[in-house]
Amino acid sequence: MPEATLKVFRSKGDTNTFETYKVPIEDGMVILDAIHYIQQHYAPDLAVRWNCKAAKCGSCSAEVNGKPSLMCKTRMDDFTTGEEITVEPLRTFPLVKDLVTDVSWNYQVNKKIPPFTTNDNGEWVIYQEDIERVQEFRKCIECFLCQDVCHVLRDHDRKDAFMGPRFLVRTAGLDMHPKDTLNRSKYVKEQGGIGLCNITKCCSEVCPEEIHITDNAIIPMKERVVDQFYDPVTMFLNKIFNNKKKLV
Amino acid sequence: MQQSSSLRQQASFGTTTRKDAWWVEPVLVGLGFAAFIIYATFRAFENNYFEIGPYLSPFYSPKFNFDWWHMSPAFLILWIPAGFRATCYYYRKAYYRAYFADPPACAVGHFGGEKYCGETTFPLVLQNLHRYFFYLATIVLAVLWYDTVKAFFFNGAFGVSIVNLIMLANVILLSGYSFGCHACRHLVGGKLNCFSANACTKSQFKIWHWVTRLNEHHMLWAWLSLFSVGFTDFYIRQVACGAFPELQFF
Repeated sequence: MPEATLKVFRSKGDTNTFETYKVPIEDGMVILDAIHYIQQHYAPDLAVRWNCKAAKCGSCSAEVNGKPSLMCKTRMDDFTTGEEITVEPLRTFPLVKDLVTDVSWNYQVNKKIPPFTTNDNGEWVIYQEDIERVQEFRKCIECFLCQDVCHVLRDHDRKDAFMGPRFLVRTAGLDMHPKDTLNRSKYVKEQGGIGLCNITKCCSEVCPEEIHITDNAIIPMKERVVDQFYDPVTMFLNKIFNNKKKLV
Repeated sequence: MQQSSSLRQQASFGTTTRKDAWWVEPVLVGLGFAAFIIYATFRAFENNYFEIGPYLSPFYSPKFNFDWWHMSPAFLILWIPAGFRATCYYYRKAYYRAYFADPPACAVGHFGGEKYCGETTFPLVLQNLHRYFFYLATIVLAVLWYDTVKAFFFNGAFGVSIVNLIMLANVILLSGYSFGCHACRHLVGGKLNCFSANACTKSQFKIWHWVTRLNEHHMLWAWLSLFSVGFTDFYIRQVACGAFPELQFF
């Protein structure tokens, strides 16, 4: 049976190391299977977070050969025979142990977003063309791979000023909802730090749900911010025609 | 709880555990842009061989001839398409990666210090004026379409040649690029939250859908139109200086 070589990140006390394991490859095997094999046969104390093993819960996010990926969606046969496969935790978030990181910062950011607000308390009739943009954003499984790969959070560590792609997607989903009555342009500019995003599209590249994060959420939100704060013509027209949405 | 700050601090320029050739794309993009910028600058300064018969180079269209302007007329034009492309969302991604290396590729350590302002301060805050360059570029595009139609008529008679076919391909590609722009997508309907509200918003939804289909391939349109505009100028230059024959089919 062919074997794969995995270099897995291990945290032991104050020292972080990579440990190498040999794992037999079976048909249809994914990286998470290999990690489970290592747990069962070599390192029962290896910490890994996982749940559904179907690319729907977003728990098993890690960096495989340097690329943010879901371990349950990364197939072993994507690698060449004999290739050394590196498995690391997400770099952007504080390490808990081995492959597990503390992603709780994301939940704090989420709580601050102005929630869905409507003044329509009757029976809703919503047409497909009005909701399909928002439906794409609802596919998000909150794996936080986009947050991990975003260089504003990863390299520049601007968690103090930037909400990250995941929450720009969520804000866009709320803002574009046909029944919502808030305009979140001010929020994404001042609290969300959308100006820090320089559109390098890594978030879209790593999204396991293939959400067009940059093209369909971040750029449209940037254009809404332009409407509100940078374009004198739309600012003037908004004043004349009294934009119905409440600016927050 | 142990913190992963040590993991982040290792991320100096080019640091990554990626094993693929992540550097190929930014290098090719950087070389491609550099080649175009050098050629366009040379042609703008050359101020010659830009017009022959009914053909006018896109670098010199619309053709201005002012007494008070003593430099190449190309400089009166080129700032518009240059500004449109420099503020374009696709090109921003491409040159932030290729020239600023911030980041050079996904999950690869960036170049530069910790002081990062993104597009919040001058000069990059001016990227927010992309839609104004879109308005100006649309006017220039309309003139290029006029030039192209005019290029099919020789002394009042319709004719087809290699040059006017190249010009036609160029304006089609430029139109695909310009009307697939993210700012255009927002202005035609993306800013709405309810497309079904009335007949006007329903029409806007249809236009938005067409623009979205172009926008999905914005990078491809951007590269093809960049190449075509350079090639159209090059071909007209070669015909104008006699290096290439003017092949007229009928």
